[in-house]
Amino acid sequence: MDILVDCKHVKKSYGKKEVLKDFDLQLGRGRIIGLLGPNGSGKTTLIKILSGILSRNDGEITIAGLPVGIESKKIVSYLPERTYFSPSMRVRQTLQFFADFYEDFNMDKAQDMLSRLNIQPSSKIKELSKGTREKVQLVLVMSREAQLYLLDEPIGGVDPAARDYILKTILTGYNENASILISTHLISDVEKVLDEVVFIKDGRVVLQEAADAIREQNGKSVDALFREVFAC
Amino acid sequence: MEWVFQGDKPIYLQIMEQIKAQMAAGVLKPGDKLPAVREWAVEAGVNPNTMQKALSELEREGLLYSVRTSGRFVSDNPRQTEALQDVLLQQYMQQFTENMIKVGCSPKQAAEAYARYVQSVFTEDE
Repeated sequence: MDILVDCKHVKKSYGKKEVLKDFDLQLGRGRIIGLLGPNGSGKTTLIKILSGILSRNDGEITIAGLPVGIESKKIVSYLPERTYFSPSMRVRQTLQFFADFYEDFNMDKAQDMLSRLNIQPSSKIKELSKGTREKVQLVLVMSREAQLYLLDEPIGGVDPAARDYILKTILTGYNENASILISTHLISDVEKVLDEVVFIKDGRVVLQEAADAIREQNGKSVDALFREVFAC
Repeated sequence: MEWVFQGDKPIYLQIMEQIKAQMAAGVLKPGDKLPAVREWAVEAGVNPNTMQKALSELEREGLLYSVRTSGRFVSDNPRQTEALQDVLLQQYMQQFTENMIKVGCSPKQAAEAYARYVQSVFTEDE
């Protein structure tokens, strides 16, 4: 396996609360990976550390062989849980914003995706519904020619019909050299696009397996297995 | 084509079954060119690697073949459609029988019930 993400013994605490405990994870290229775990299991913390906006307390991380930092940020495209554009910005300006920030931003791709989603570049962010705002943000993130996409709850705020559309947008944006790590609670909506799943619990990986292997070995969907493993 | 997936079975197997059903029904005909893996994966809403795996398996079974640079095609095997129909028939009958046993029918009762059903559905039309 050509390793894209390599985490070794990563630790992270907020005050006395340990969120990641001796966390190990290796991810290959060309995969769409589900990062699944209950609330408070460390999913968002992991994603923020990989994207370089939070620092770890201990351990080693490389992305495509690079330490997390300025160089890794050039090849990592991150979708946060919340959108962050100013309400008064127009969609067109957010595209320009991304084009200014990221060398790998593909303007044509972004414009094409927006038009397929029927989003007008002249609209102001504040005029858009929550779901449409999320779509804009996702289009921006998927329009970078990155090697690692980190998507934190990409379909949380949108209706079921739009979810399928967004998943197709994600599939369209994917290339064999890159991997996409998706954290979500909406497992049954997402699982058929995943080729691998990582279950995390209390700051550790409890399972890393091919999605079809889970179905084959357990005769269960990933969603059903999740409910079993994390039953309260 | 319409794709429907259940969560509790490997997706690649379900893709294979659905393509076989299309072949048995004559929707996909010998010599037909298939869409590109990626295009088909997006249409079906599945991972491209999973689609690739399903198509490779179908190729291994001799139902599809690839021509370098020009793409992937449905094999031209005259017996194939019949053979696929047989396989699917077996599969559906097995499912039917299992379900009937689950609700407490004997195989004989199931067969009789099925005969009555076919009669009630098809006599009026013909």
